[in-house]
Amino acid sequence: MADDTLLQRITDYTNRPDPYPLYAQLREAGVVRQTDGSYLVGTYHDIVALLHDPRVSSDQRNRTALYRGADPGDARQLPTFIRRDDPDHHRLRSMAMRPFGPPHSPGRIDAMREEITRITEDLIASIQDREQVDIVDDFAYPLPVTVICRLLGVPREDEPVFREWSATVIDSIDIGPGEDLRKREAAGEQARTQMGRYLVDLAERRRGGPGDDMLSAFVNDPGPAGEFSRAELAATSALLLVAGHETTVNLITNGILTLLRHPDQLDLLRRDPGLMPSAVEELLRYEPPVHMLPRTPLAPLDIAGTTVPRGVPLVLVLASGSRDPQRFRDPDRFDPTRPDNQHLGFGSGIHSCYGAPLARIEAQIALGALAPRLSTATLVEDPPPYRNSAILRGPRHLRVEF
Amino acid sequence: MPSDPREGRIVVVGASLAGLRAAEALREEGFTGPLTVVGEEHRPPYDRPPLSKQVLLGTAAPDTTGLPMRRDPDAQWRLGVRATGLDPLAKRVLLADGESLPYDRLLIATGTRARPWPHPQQAALDGVFTLRTSEDAARLAERLAAGPRRVLVIGAGFTGSEIASACRERGIEVTVAERGPGPLVGALGGTLAKLAAAMQRAHGVDLRCAVTVSALRGRDGRFVGADFSDGSRVEADLCVVALGAIRNIEWLADAGLAAGPHGIACDAGCRAVDMYGIVTDDIFVAGDIARFPHPLFDYQMLSLEHWGNAVAQAEVAAHNMVSPGPLRRPHLTVPVFWSSQFGFNIKSVGVPAFSDQVVIAQGSLAERRLVAVYGYRGRITAAVTVNMAKWLEHYQGLIESAATFPPGPGAADGQPLVTEFPIPSDVPDARGLSHGPTVALTGHLPVRRLTVVRSAG
Repeated sequence: MADDTLLQRITDYTNRPDPYPLYAQLREAGVVRQTDGSYLVGTYHDIVALLHDPRVSSDQRNRTALYRGADPGDARQLPTFIRRDDPDHHRLRSMAMRPFGPPHSPGRIDAMREEITRITEDLIASIQDREQVDIVDDFAYPLPVTVICRLLGVPREDEPVFREWSATVIDSIDIGPGEDLRKREAAGEQARTQMGRYLVDLAERRRGGPGDDMLSAFVNDPGPAGEFSRAELAATSALLLVAGHETTVNLITNGILTLLRHPDQLDLLRRDPGLMPSAVEELLRYEPPVHMLPRTPLAPLDIAGTTVPRGVPLVLVLASGSRDPQRFRDPDRFDPTRPDNQHLGFGSGIHSCYGAPLARIEAQIALGALAPRLSTATLVEDPPPYRNSAILRGPRHLRVEF
Repeated sequence: MPSDPREGRIVVVGASLAGLRAAEALREEGFTGPLTVVGEEHRPPYDRPPLSKQVLLGTAAPDTTGLPMRRDPDAQWRLGVRATGLDPLAKRVLLADGESLPYDRLLIATGTRARPWPHPQQAALDGVFTLRTSEDAARLAERLAAGPRRVLVIGAGFTGSEIASACRERGIEVTVAERGPGPLVGALGGTLAKLAAAMQRAHGVDLRCAVTVSALRGRDGRFVGADFSDGSRVEADLCVVALGAIRNIEWLADAGLAAGPHGIACDAGCRAVDMYGIVTDDIFVAGDIARFPHPLFDYQMLSLEHWGNAVAQAEVAAHNMVSPGPLRRPHLTVPVFWSSQFGFNIKSVGVPAFSDQVVIAQGSLAERRLVAVYGYRGRITAAVTVNMAKWLEHYQGLIESAATFPPGPGAADGQPLVTEFPIPSDVPDARGLSHGPTVALTGHLPVRRLTVVRSAG
């Protein structure tokens, strides 16, 4: 049956430029077991229900032995809070939130608008005389890296050091059905350990002499929940550093690509910059950076008439849900003025994207600054070459001629 | 009555949340005729939830809680004037200034007012407050800022508890007197009331349950303290009477509608019912004043004082006012309510009072984070979260689909439900509370087989 290989086809690199017809097949097929034992879910309402279902775990240690990947005997690192359940998830996430957002730091991200605008303008100045630009390498990657470095308190000059680690981590969370993941996972573990050690070292140097950055706050301003353990600090700060830029780069790049493919909408945005916030929401629906989330049922679940057993991998295809015609009118149309746009770009439920407010501001500022300059731009190749990951999807390069 | 329901003359009585949202929705639904909104207060519509929270804490000024308009309802606003009567035959609303407004269709959204202290002379003492309007909040906030030595709060419902929380956050000593067995017991039942009591005491509240205040004492016209039914006394500078709400129905006394202490009875489409149980065609009801049948709770008539209900019901009422019969919609919204106090975020969905058992489905009392799920005869009828609001949507789905109680095991936060047996939800008779419940089952408690009728007085 064709459905059996759907995950294989979705993860097949040749389908990376346009997985959406496969998502339509997935929604048509309902909940279907794949040959590797996992279950794919692609309809909006099913995904939302599962993201709010307390019987669905984010912790892959709850998978039955067959699906647990690496040997559980390994001395593995603690999973980060995005891969843990309450109450640990809540404790770690609230501790990480303390210097980042409400209630303790409600204005933190909003106060960075000016700085993000300045970083954006600097990047644009550095490329404005060039005829050909790679949007990824020259703009969409350096912007969030600079921002997250500033926010966490990581020296920007160390970027070459953590770039490799970050790429290895991203590679390790990709899915490829039927493939032996252990080697990639081991490499990912090692990169996370090294990155964690590096970040803990940075934080420890600020103990007692804090700067205005999150690593300083983590070691100098513990809240009522107490201080992170060394392992927790390593895992959490590595997560924030990686997630703080590996997603936004795709959001910005996918945004530029989409705008260049829709010159009428680009024109609309140039004439009415006030539309930018809703345009970013539409991008998060139409071309989101995060396409899938892994989950594990803790009890047998009835999903759209299919009983999914406990302990098996459940893959929620968020990008498919956000294009579900049962939820969104004319879902394959890119419409920055779309009302009622409750997309799944940031997930939903208790694991709703921690960095969403920052990602929104970065994308709004980046696209807002670039949009006026895109009127004369053309894509050098369409589709562009994509990054390998089917989960964190976006172009590896996006060459544009001005 | 004009043949096109989008034409004619509409009067909305009540210019708070439900009245404003209805007026906006009428225009969104294509109503083109003249629209008049009558409001007793002089201020344009404003939001009330911040009054017992941010305003008392001094973090928001009382005049900054104006409700944003989603669109200009293009209405004639008659603010600062009270409706005094209704002539349903002549189809006119009578106003206190002697004028009368003709209508083709009428929406009643007059809501509630604070229940005053029953003894008028004691209630008139300087330093005795109720909290319902922004003026109330402004005066109370000013007196709290002046640093009273102790505040007495009478009634530990949501409003009373939020006032006590604000006092403690400002470092003010506070005594709370509650006639029932614990704070919030009318809304959440006995089990969560124990948690609420513990959190009040942990924050330094002098909480006295199962007592009533027998008298407010004054000296030179100023409030100085109160006597309790157990013989004890408390000295305090301020007293906030938080005894729940009274529905503003007196102006309808001669209108022939089914209006009583629980509000105006209406059908599922927000159409008012007259005193013979006959549904009217031109009088609609929305918000706190409405008393409506709900299929999820055995069609019991519900009276709700919830923000979200006011919005949803106003929208349904407006739709039905301008739609021909077959296109009318029922108001089936599941009640949702929230409160913040003592650092806790409490959210409720469904009707906890419509229950016989309760179980802690996630989290625990010890962690101070939990989901309590309520059931009635094996079906889930409500859920309350404490600092776990993101899970609520799941339980709302279970309520809407009449899922079996208790919910199945397997919640991801490591609390094996099988070890937590359902216990009685201990919903008290509302007559034993010093405050009114925010959701009233206006027929009978479901766990009771018969209703005891006592003559008043």
